[in-house]
Amino acid sequence: MTSTTPGPIVLWLSSRYENIELAQAALAHVCRQRGIDAEMEHWIGMALREAVANAVKHGNRLDPEKRVLVRFGGTGNELTMVIGDEGAGFDPERVSDPLAPENQMKTSGRGIFYIRTFMDDVAFSRGEGGGTVLTMRKDLSKRGNAKGEKE
Amino acid sequence: MNKNASIRKVGDITVVELKGKITIGAGDLQMREAIHAVLNEGARKLIIDMSQVTTIDSSGVGELVGCFTTATHKGAKVKLMNLPAKISDVLTVTQLITVFDVYPSEAEAVASFAG
Repeated sequence: MTSTTPGPIVLWLSSRYENIELAQAALAHVCRQRGIDAEMEHWIGMALREAVANAVKHGNRLDPEKRVLVRFGGTGNELTMVIGDEGAGFDPERVSDPLAPENQMKTSGRGIFYIRTFMDDVAFSRGEGGGTVLTMRKDLSKRGNAKGEKE
Repeated sequence: MNKNASIRKVGDITVVELKGKITIGAGDLQMREAIHAVLNEGARKLIIDMSQVTTIDSSGVGELVGCFTTATHKGAKVKLMNLPAKISDVLTVTQLITVFDVYPSEAEAVASFAG
């Protein structure tokens, strides 16, 4: 891991699925800056994609006039990603368990589960404007795999 | 023309080769369209070749589950083959790897229909 930690990178994206690729490209830049390997970048990227997709689809309901905040930060061995939307808010307690037998064959409801699996800490809060703010943290000193196990 | 999927036949088995990203707003709907199209044309033995899939997200996984359910309702069988490790991991953490019939090679996937 490199010892240098650049300042935060902040993006404001309109609510379009194609902008998920912009967020991913920004993450690739951050990973190069921070010396994050391709394996870890892949899983962080998956969490990022799910978070931005949720903000676009469920938060801002695909309204291109509403924006999605993507902020990369953290210092040392910590990477943080903050994803904010301008929607009506979201109660994470209402998300069903995708591993429950009755949910296993549902076509949706796995995004937040993947985010929680691939990141070390995940917190939802209410934004100043009323939307949802998702804060995710990854401990870069640990090698994480898809099952969330840390070495 | 579907840039995320191509179709070929191995005897009476239809092989759907998926390519690239199977993600929200990108390849997820194309995958559904390709699989529904072959089901509507009468295919009842399907193998989905995942070898060229680079990324799948929860939307893509959801579409895969939906295609599996649709196929089952039509009396068709769907098998997956050649899963890249990361795609396999994504299905494993949500325990879907046990739902799908997964084979490491085309020969084994094709042979499974003979049983």
